[in-house]
Amino acid sequence: MILAIDTSAGTAVAVVDRDGGVLAERSVADTRRHAEVIGTLIEAVTTEAGVVPRDLSAVVAGVGPGPFTGLRVGIVAARAYAFGAGVPCLAVGSHDAVAFERLSAAAGRSVSDAGGRLDSPLVVVTDARRREVAWTAWSGLDDDGLPVSVGGPALVVPALLDDATGASSAWPRTDPDDTVVSAGALGMLAERLFEHGRPFADAAPLYLREPDVTPAARPKTVSQ
Amino acid sequence: MTETTASSTGAVRVADVGRGPVVLGIETSCDETGVGIVRGTELLANVISSSMDEHARYGGVVPEVAARAHLDAMEPALRAALAEAGLTLDEVDAIAVTSGPGLAGALMVGVGAAKALALATGKPLYAVNHLVGHVGADVLRDDGSDLELPTVALLVSGGHTSLLHVRDLVDDVELLGETIDDAAGEAFDKVARLLGLPYPGGPHIDRVAVGGDPAAIRFPRGLTLPKDRAAHRWDFSFSGLKTAVARWVERRRDEGQEVPVADVAASFREAVADVLLTKALDACAELGVPRLLLGGGVVANARVRQLAEERCAAAGVELRVPPLSLCTDNGAMIAALGAQLVSRGRAPSPLDFGADSTLPVTVVQV
Ligand SMILES: [Zn+2]
Repeated sequence: MILAIDTSAGTAVAVVDRDGGVLAERSVADTRRHAEVIGTLIEAVTTEAGVVPRDLSAVVAGVGPGPFTGLRVGIVAARAYAFGAGVPCLAVGSHDAVAFERLSAAAGRSVSDAGGRLDSPLVVVTDARRREVAWTAWSGLDDDGLPVSVGGPALVVPALLDDATGASSAWPRTDPDDTVVSAGALGMLAERLFEHGRPFADAAPLYLREPDVTPAARPKTVSQ
Repeated sequence: MTETTASSTGAVRVADVGRGPVVLGIETSCDETGVGIVRGTELLANVISSSMDEHARYGGVVPEVAARAHLDAMEPALRAALAEAGLTLDEVDAIAVTSGPGLAGALMVGVGAAKALALATGKPLYAVNHLVGHVGADVLRDDGSDLELPTVALLVSGGHTSLLHVRDLVDDVELLGETIDDAAGEAFDKVARLLGLPYPGGPHIDRVAVGGDPAAIRFPRGLTLPKDRAAHRWDFSFSGLKTAVARWVERRRDEGQEVPVADVAASFREAVADVLLTKALDACAELGVPRLLLGGGVVANARVRQLAEERCAAAGVELRVPPLSLCTDNGAMIAALGAQLVSRGRAPSPLDFGADSTLPVTVVQV
């Protein structure tokens, strides 16, 4: 069993099981209350799933892309929970979870069903604040039902999305105002990566943006 | 367990008798990722991972840089603190975390980590006030002396300048005053930059002030004039001081004269130390509290400590300065305050608390 946590958009938490599918899932769409709701949501899903920490095989963190402040809350919670439970913490891209869920649905399956190949391109587009969006292009699902990335993730202003996505500019896109990351999909994607011995993502968050800072200038005069 | 006893003078002594609760404290309000472990009033571990070097080239703490560093440092700091204490997580009785005040994005990392760790381990979680944590650090002194209450507390760092009246560590803390503009530590950073010195400014101002004449230049003491004292009796202001130093230095440069760096640094430092301790000792006198406790990173400043010793001795006020490693932001002080709450039988914090960047000092536990 896996506890999956994603705070790249709202706050999403789930307990999933390879055989049993999504056992419990909760989310709060509010993009400004991650720190407030994270604990209550984790408690709710573990209680509903009837799981104690030592039953878990891993905790999975959605590593974005997503606005930094919220994104970090889920990642640090996943790491701390894994540390407390004595289980590994694994990373999965948040866009990967969106692609996995949407493309599985396009293939007529749920994220809990056995996978299979699907050639159906998709560009996942999510809000990145500051009038930018984050995008990742996917060509479909491979033979194991895992999404195949062909571009991104990267940030761009919406007007330049066609240029940025290049060859995939004509592909269907998700609506950034209506693209939620399902922790259930994130967790089931992790189960499937496990099952097929595939690599997980790098643990570092996908900030895709340098910290907004201006190095201290030369001493300023008072009149300036 | 902690026992509080009243002495003949009416002062309450916060003393440790026997084995108190083992509490792990997490602190991420500014640029230090702190994880500390205490047993009652005994310090078991104090691990601090600072991102100060990353801020140096910007001349001040950059909130996003600090928050990113907290995420990277959290798990290593947890592991290191347990190793230092020689404990496993099973042996921890409770977890405490800073809820505020501080930088919102930085605080959220600690809050997220603490909630998840508490849930994964089944330990009760206490969300506490960072400023009161600075006072709580004093119970961890290992010189056998106990914190006595009530006390006036002067907390000075790059992030805050606050004067408190602490009657009870867990439920009776009053904010007397605070800075209305820059924190004292910020003023040190800004004046250091003006003099071409690196960040953080405090140690460098201290270094170049050696041999300087603190009375060479009479810089202003903010909010000490009679007209200001009516509205801001216990508040501080360092913005005017910073500007006055800048004007003075500029005039010298415009006149083609060399800037006497040692005198400027010594005179600036004297103005800061003077106004801090004048107000703090006025508060002791007016409240009839013969105790002053210092906390925060500016305590590292040699002149601030020295002037505190002189003024307190002259006024018959007992001065308490926790060891420097407990004065700068750290997790042990948060753990110590958490242990006080546990010892007093307080219920854990509700699981839905948040990071509160402006948490008032009257709220010791969220
Ligand atoms: Zn502090």
